Amino acid sequence: MPPLPTRALYILPLAVFLVMAAYFALGLTKDPKIIPSALIDKPVPAFKLPPIEGGRGNGFSSDDLKGDVTVVNVFASWCIPCRAEHPLVTELAEMKIARVYGLNYKDNPADALRWLRALGDSYYATGADRDGRVGIDWGVYGVPETFIVDRAGKIRHKHVGPMTSDILKNQIVPIIKDLNK
Amino acid sequence: MTARFSLSSIAAALLAAALTLAPGPAAAVNPNEMLKDPLLEKRAREISKVLRCLVCQNQSIDDSDADLARDLRVIVRQRLTTGDSDGEVIDYVVARYGDFVLLKPPFKGATLVLWIGPALIALGGLAAMIAYLRRNRRSAAAGGAAKATPLTADEQRRLAKLMKDGAPWAD
Repeated sequence: MPPLPTRALYILPLAVFLVMAAYFALGLTKDPKIIPSALIDKPVPAFKLPPIEGGRGNGFSSDDLKGDVTVVNVFASWCIPCRAEHPLVTELAEMKIARVYGLNYKDNPADALRWLRALGDSYYATGADRDGRVGIDWGVYGVPETFIVDRAGKIRHKHVGPMTSDILKNQIVPIIKDLNK
Repeated sequence: MTARFSLSSIAAALLAAALTLAPGPAAAVNPNEMLKDPLLEKRAREISKVLRCLVCQNQSIDDSDADLARDLRVIVRQRLTTGDSDGEVIDYVVARYGDFVLLKPPFKGATLVLWIGPALIALGGLAAMIAYLRRNRRSAAAGGAAKATPLTADEQRRLAKLMKDGAPWAD
C-alpha cells in the first residue's frame, strides 16, 4: 500500500468525529422546547371568539386579522411567564405599529378580568378561548405565544414563550415594521 | 434438588412472572373521555399512541397527563365519531402542529437522510471492510510469495547439517 493514503486513512476517523462533534455541538445550542410552527406563511385558521365574559368589546375573529398587520398574543391568568411578559405586550401595543389582540387561553373569565385589571389591558380586543379549541387550531402548545399576522391574514412569525425586551426590540418590532412597509 | 434451591427458584419464577405480566405505564386516558363504541375507542387509542404530547415531548398524548394532551385526545375521539379515517385524524393534528407531533417521523424528502443515512453508513462500512480484506489477501498472495527469496547455498548447507545432526543444544 502506498504510504500517503494510509496516513490519510488514519486521520479519517478523527475527521469524521470532528464533523459529528461540530454538528452535535450546534444541536446543543437549540432549544428542543421550541417547535417550528406548521402554520408559518399559512392563513390564520378561521375562528370567532367571544369577549371574556363580563369584559369589554365583542371578541374578535379571523376577519379582524385581515387588512392590517396584527399581533395575536396568547395569554392566561394562570400562566406565570405571561405575567412577566405583559409589560412588553403593553409596550408593543403603545407603539401603535400593529393592533395587538389578546387570546385568553383556557381561562376562568373572572380570573382573566382581574388579571387584566391588575396588569393593564392594552389589547385592541380580547377573545376568550374557554375550551382551548381555537388555540389548538393555532397550534398553541405553551402559553404565552405571540403571532404576527400580515395584511393578507397570513401568519408570518410565531414566538413561543415570554417575549423579552431584547426579543421585542430585535425580532418582533423589526418584523412588524417590515410587514408594514 | 434441595428444598432451599426449589424455594428460591420458585421465588425467582414468581418475580419474573410478576415483572412480565405487570402492565406498562398506565395510560392517562380518563374513563369519561372514552368512547362507548369499543372499536372506535380502540382506534382512538392507537392514534393517540403515535401523537406526541407537545408539552412533555417524549410522551404520547395517550401517556401524558398534560392538559393539552387531554384536549387532543378528546379531539381525536370527536373526529373519529364524525366519521374521519385514522389518516384524516392524524392529518388534522399534523396540519396544526407539524410533523413534530408524530412520534415516528414520516418518510419524505426532508427526512430521507434520517431514514436511509444509517443504512448507507453501514453499507459503506461493509464495502470498505470487504475492499480492505480483499486487498490484504491479494497482497499476501502476491507480495508474500515474492518476498520469500530462496535460501543461499550456505544456508542450505547449515540447514542440511541441522536436519541430520539435530540442534547443537539438543544433547
